[in-house]
Amino acid sequence: MTELNMAQALNAALDRALADDRVVLLGEDVAQTGGVFRISDGLLAKHGADRVIDTPVSESGIVGAAYGMAIAGLRPIAELQFMGFSYPALDQVISHVARIRNRSRHQFTAPLVIRMPYGAGIGAAEHHSESTEALYAHIPGLKVVVPSTPGDAYGLLLAAVDDPDPVIFLEPIRLYRAARGEVPEEPFTVPIGTAAVEKAGSDVTIIAYGAMMLEARATAAKLAESGVDAELVDLRTLVPFDRDTVLGSVTKTGRAVVVHEAARTAGFGAEIATQIYEEGFYSLLAPVERVTGWDTVVPLRRAEQHYVPSVNRVMAAVRRVMEA
Amino acid sequence: MAEMLQILAPDGTLVGESPVDDRVLSELYEAMVTARSYDHKATALQRQGRLATYAPYEGQEAAQIGAVAMLETRDWLVASYRDAAAMQRCGYPWTQLLLTRTGDERGGQPPDGVNVLPPSITVGAHMIHAVGIAWAQRLNETGAVAMTMFGDGATSEGDFHEAMNFAAVYQTPTIFVCQNNGWAISMPRRKQTASETIAQKADAYGMPGEYVDGNDVLAMYDAAKRAVDRGRHGEGPTLIEAVTHRIKGHTTADDADRYRSPDDTAEWVEREPLGRVRRYLESKGQWSPEWQQEVEASASEAIERALADAESLEPFSAEEIFDAMYAEVTPPLAIQQRQATEAGST
Repeated sequence: MTELNMAQALNAALDRALADDRVVLLGEDVAQTGGVFRISDGLLAKHGADRVIDTPVSESGIVGAAYGMAIAGLRPIAELQFMGFSYPALDQVISHVARIRNRSRHQFTAPLVIRMPYGAGIGAAEHHSESTEALYAHIPGLKVVVPSTPGDAYGLLLAAVDDPDPVIFLEPIRLYRAARGEVPEEPFTVPIGTAAVEKAGSDVTIIAYGAMMLEARATAAKLAESGVDAELVDLRTLVPFDRDTVLGSVTKTGRAVVVHEAARTAGFGAEIATQIYEEGFYSLLAPVERVTGWDTVVPLRRAEQHYVPSVNRVMAAVRRVMEA
Repeated sequence: MAEMLQILAPDGTLVGESPVDDRVLSELYEAMVTARSYDHKATALQRQGRLATYAPYEGQEAAQIGAVAMLETRDWLVASYRDAAAMQRCGYPWTQLLLTRTGDERGGQPPDGVNVLPPSITVGAHMIHAVGIAWAQRLNETGAVAMTMFGDGATSEGDFHEAMNFAAVYQTPTIFVCQNNGWAISMPRRKQTASETIAQKADAYGMPGEYVDGNDVLAMYDAAKRAVDRGRHGEGPTLIEAVTHRIKGHTTADDADRYRSPDDTAEWVEREPLGRVRRYLESKGQWSPEWQQEVEASASEAIERALADAESLEPFSAEEIFDAMYAEVTPPLAIQQRQATEAGST
């Protein structure tokens, strides 16, 4: 085991993935500078310019070309520099990447990974703090993955590269260096579609993913001081949704708080809450609470703290479900 | 005005050096006659309600058949919804082409080894796919090329720019074939772009552009051969503008009389691609009405058989619509699949 931060774990996973010569990594500034977050640092020197490719500033081109490569038998990993810059490629993703398997009844497939840093919390410029994962989760044919630990980042990224279907791989910007953890030295994968019960508890389930796991963990620690035993579910994959793990936890605790930093309306939390209501309603002791970003643009640095769910907001939601 | 490559004039006389002998030209002619038979048949079937909306390509047979003539089995074709002639010539079966038009996803499933993608319905997004495919050929050193076909309207899409730029920057063996058929639904070519030609756009990207009489199958063959050779020899992409004309409406659901005069099309009927080859072959004693009828009858029969095959397939059950969303039906989708099956379709 080695202790790595998430950026290092992702770098190690990309390095490992590139050992398969079908794998290519392409995106803006990914090669020479190793990416704006240095996730691909050193990979150009090791794997060469044919495999680690700096592209023009051209998101639709990056995804469209990666899609063509995937159809022709490569395993491309496309990096979009920020989630907020992914929208020019939405037509490629929605109209082609997500559909070619169905359009051709399995004859042609697009096993590619589209990585994108997402989320607020670092006071970045406009468009650099987006959390619009529900856009991707809504599109049939995609898988959507969000790790919160270095080990999961490594294992999920390798699983995404191996996956026969397109995977949207979301990297929480805030966790690139803040998340540290032990990562086994031997290559491993974490199965896509499985949530993790990160901490068992009996009183309330807190369901989160990505950077919001920081607030979820801090809340659970604080609750423990007052004798409330929270169970923590790290979703890890949004699509396909691991209903069994979520329902298993909520039917046990009878209370659920769903946390995400994305805007509230039609956010993924609405899907989680509905799944709980549809299948776990009679186990509930209180209504499901959502703690989310507001239906506003993510504020810039000086006001960002009003937007991102805080430990206090999650605590307040837990208190409400405990008192119900 | 830029000079347009033409080898066989509309009156059937050679005005340049033919890249093929008369035997090959006869084969190209036969393919064009077959393609037109399909086009007419599909239009008629749509009128009978047996096919959904159909996008006719009458008048564009030379642009399509000439362009793909040099493609080999290992090469790829990424075409639009108006390119059935080119697709079929590259091995995509009539049955699948008709299936798509009957409204069945199995039309998107050509047999193994046919490197032709199901047609792109969104305009312009598919050109970059041919760049990615060609890029993979370059990386894997297969010597194969990827050809993409699109219309004049598609060149106004941002993805045209991204595809052309990527192809030139990475020198991918991609052949861009723009069938400039004069119209993007109701929008004439002159309103689509202020460029004098579409071919000249290639200059800005740093790739060769060819301005070609798209109704001259020999000129198309010649230009495409050079482009394919360049691609195979690591010399990068080419843009070919095939100047042609959409004789019919945009689709069977369109009424072209609302936006263009019959005069617009009349002159192009004179210049359509089959007549000139027939005149040439006839002058060489290589054409007879009997042979023409034979080719048409044989095409008609093949299309009838393909249609019977297409119509013999049972429509998907509710359960089956879930089968190809992922390699394996995911657990959440399996739940919906059961629900859909239980709910039935009424």
